[in-house]
Amino acid sequence: MKPFIVSPAPHFHSGDSVRKNMLLVIIALMPAYVVSVMAFGWGALITTAISIAACVLFEWLITKYLLKQKSTICDLSAVLTGLLLAFNLPSNLPWWIVVIGALVAIGVAKMTFGGLGQNLFNPALVGRVFLLISFPAQMTSWPVPQGFATSYVDAATGATPLDAMKLAVQGNGAMLDKIPQAWDILIGWMGGSLGEVSALLLLAGGVFLVITRVITWHIPVSIMATVALFAAVTGWAGVLPEGMCTCDYTMLSLCTGGMMLGAWFMATDYVTSPMSNMGKIIFGIGIGVIVMVIRTWGAYPEGMSFAILIMNACVPLLNMIRPKRFGEKKKSSI
Amino acid sequence: MKSTFRIGGVHPHDNKQYSVHQPITECGLPAKAIIPLAQHIGAPAQAVVEKGQKVKVGELIAKAGGFVSANIHSPFSGTITKIDTTIDAWGMKMPAIFMDVEGDEWLESIDRSTTLVKELCNLEPKAIIEKVQEAGIVGLGGACFPTHVKLMPPPGKVAEVLIVNGVECEPYLTCDHQLMLEKGEEIIIGIQLLMRALNIHKAIIGIEANKPDAIEKMSTLASRVLGIEVKPLKLKYPQGGEKQLIDACIRRQVPSGALPIEVGAVVDNVATIYAVYEAVQKNKPLISRVMTVTGKSVAKPGNYDVRFGTPLTDVVAMAGGVPENTGKVICGGPMMGRAMNSIDMPANKRVSGLLFLPEAESMRQELTNCVRCGKCVNACPMGLEPWLLSKQAWHSMWEEMEDHNIMDCIECGCCQFTCPSHLPLLDYVRMGKAKVGGIIRARQAANK
Repeated sequence: MKPFIVSPAPHFHSGDSVRKNMLLVIIALMPAYVVSVMAFGWGALITTAISIAACVLFEWLITKYLLKQKSTICDLSAVLTGLLLAFNLPSNLPWWIVVIGALVAIGVAKMTFGGLGQNLFNPALVGRVFLLISFPAQMTSWPVPQGFATSYVDAATGATPLDAMKLAVQGNGAMLDKIPQAWDILIGWMGGSLGEVSALLLLAGGVFLVITRVITWHIPVSIMATVALFAAVTGWAGVLPEGMCTCDYTMLSLCTGGMMLGAWFMATDYVTSPMSNMGKIIFGIGIGVIVMVIRTWGAYPEGMSFAILIMNACVPLLNMIRPKRFGEKKKSSI
Repeated sequence: MKSTFRIGGVHPHDNKQYSVHQPITECGLPAKAIIPLAQHIGAPAQAVVEKGQKVKVGELIAKAGGFVSANIHSPFSGTITKIDTTIDAWGMKMPAIFMDVEGDEWLESIDRSTTLVKELCNLEPKAIIEKVQEAGIVGLGGACFPTHVKLMPPPGKVAEVLIVNGVECEPYLTCDHQLMLEKGEEIIIGIQLLMRALNIHKAIIGIEANKPDAIEKMSTLASRVLGIEVKPLKLKYPQGGEKQLIDACIRRQVPSGALPIEVGAVVDNVATIYAVYEAVQKNKPLISRVMTVTGKSVAKPGNYDVRFGTPLTDVVAMAGGVPENTGKVICGGPMMGRAMNSIDMPANKRVSGLLFLPEAESMRQELTNCVRCGKCVNACPMGLEPWLLSKQAWHSMWEEMEDHNIMDCIECGCCQFTCPSHLPLLDYVRMGKAKVGGIIRARQAANK
């Protein structure tokens, strides 16, 4: 008989793996992606395909020829980065800009630090912000949803709800009409980046991730609660123009821009978020405050990417918060 | 609403289907037996027999080597052939008594009948504890801590409640479940004896929800006795851990480094309590225990009553032999049990089960980078940070590890079970714990 295998306990594993988690996140993004394709047509398909292909290719090239390590593309993290990067881009972005974004995301933000698990900042967001700063014109001309009637190269573009909201808040009353109804926003029929459409389905995807225990509720819920509270307070404080009620403003703040995508899928990235639940809540509150400050007083109409990246930098600090140890509380009566 | 402990925990598949409801079967007598003398926590017992001496079943053959130690009685009748060393199921070399088994002759004082002795003997608390100590009873849940020590709280500490551990949270194991079904009446009497020994009026039996028949049976029996209550618990590992069980049953958390008596609790396993019943009511010392032999490919998985000293090969033969595809044999359950390199060793008080894992499930998966998902932090029932502790152990940061409460770790394995990167978190934590423990002991010795 063969000798028995000996190893220390535990001899049992949950069967969880990095690949499984990545796959579940990709699955959770699919319903929203289908709506994006319906809204933006070929542009959505082409941008996503280029982004994913470029991310996987760069990761493969870097691990093989620069780091000379075993390839890590099978863990699907590069696929997810590519998908999330595409979700953050306008669907009519020229293909070569997408490739540059992928190179920065994988090459600079991820592999420079040592690959999966080592990076400080969310790779997809670094890619997006790099593009936003380098190609401001292309990155802020948002195609209007027209389905497959939209041609990839010269789509009709228009202001996003957040642009309109910002102008309205800053005193341009005419923009009020351009703000879509809350229902349209929930369904997702509005201009914006690929993943900004369909807040409802992104929310559903996020809830799916919580149910399947891929993520916990702490980060998204604390972000959204902070944003809602912030919007309500600014509304109550009289920042809003006439004709816009606090309730609508809160709803718009929660559902537009990268809020849903950012809160449920980008901020919850394992590598760049804190480990303990208390750390996660502080992380979420920080993101909520920063995004609303940028949206209300900053130069950009949208601040989700910057808010998440700034809080990413705080994660090593937040990881010093200790979870509640067993036995810290006083005893109760039987 | 079923209660459970409040921090961490995981949900492994319980896999109890193989041996559940298999009636307890007595394992046959071997021709030769080896009885290890260190079957418990604390000092090994000292042999009190000589080579060539004839002994009967139940006769004292080794005396406790101190207060925290336990007597060992002969599980067989026969002749002592030598007193030497053996390798026990833990892989450690230790003193042992070797004997040839001849017949099955018991001491006359032992009541071998199966009749239930209901009438509580009129014993003083002290006399009950003495009987428990005399019978060599140790905690049969796994730790093998001498039971009489737990029954004597240190001065200034008062026991308020007896918590009975019927949780059996380790996957695969079913011996405690079956014992509750077959010996429920005896266990209830054992609980009453311990309540009298501790001079308390409250006992809680904690049973996990995957044993509804045991919950029902014990509830019916407990309802006839004042002060005993059954608490059905939500399924979650490691609920059978002493600190977790106390938290689940009475919502009190034992402080770091303290014993359960700090919050007024004494915890005993159902198997231990059955042994107490036998010792006090039937005058029978602890010479056997129920163990589960199980696994996906085991021919006759079941619950076997095995006398200590029986070669494990005999027990495995009763269960149909070692399965063809076996990769790993585990002494105990899959979460905390030890992998053995051989089954050619004697049964003892510590072996609560033998689990045969097929080769395909025996190897660890290839590990990948830590993705900092924080799942280990959420799984840890002690509120520790396994990812950090394992990194600190890797870098030999012993002081930092002590500061991060490494000594609180109960080695339940939740962190490693849940890690999506398959990191050997507990291996590192265990190494760090041994190192930090040594540093703390050296410091205490220097301060004396």
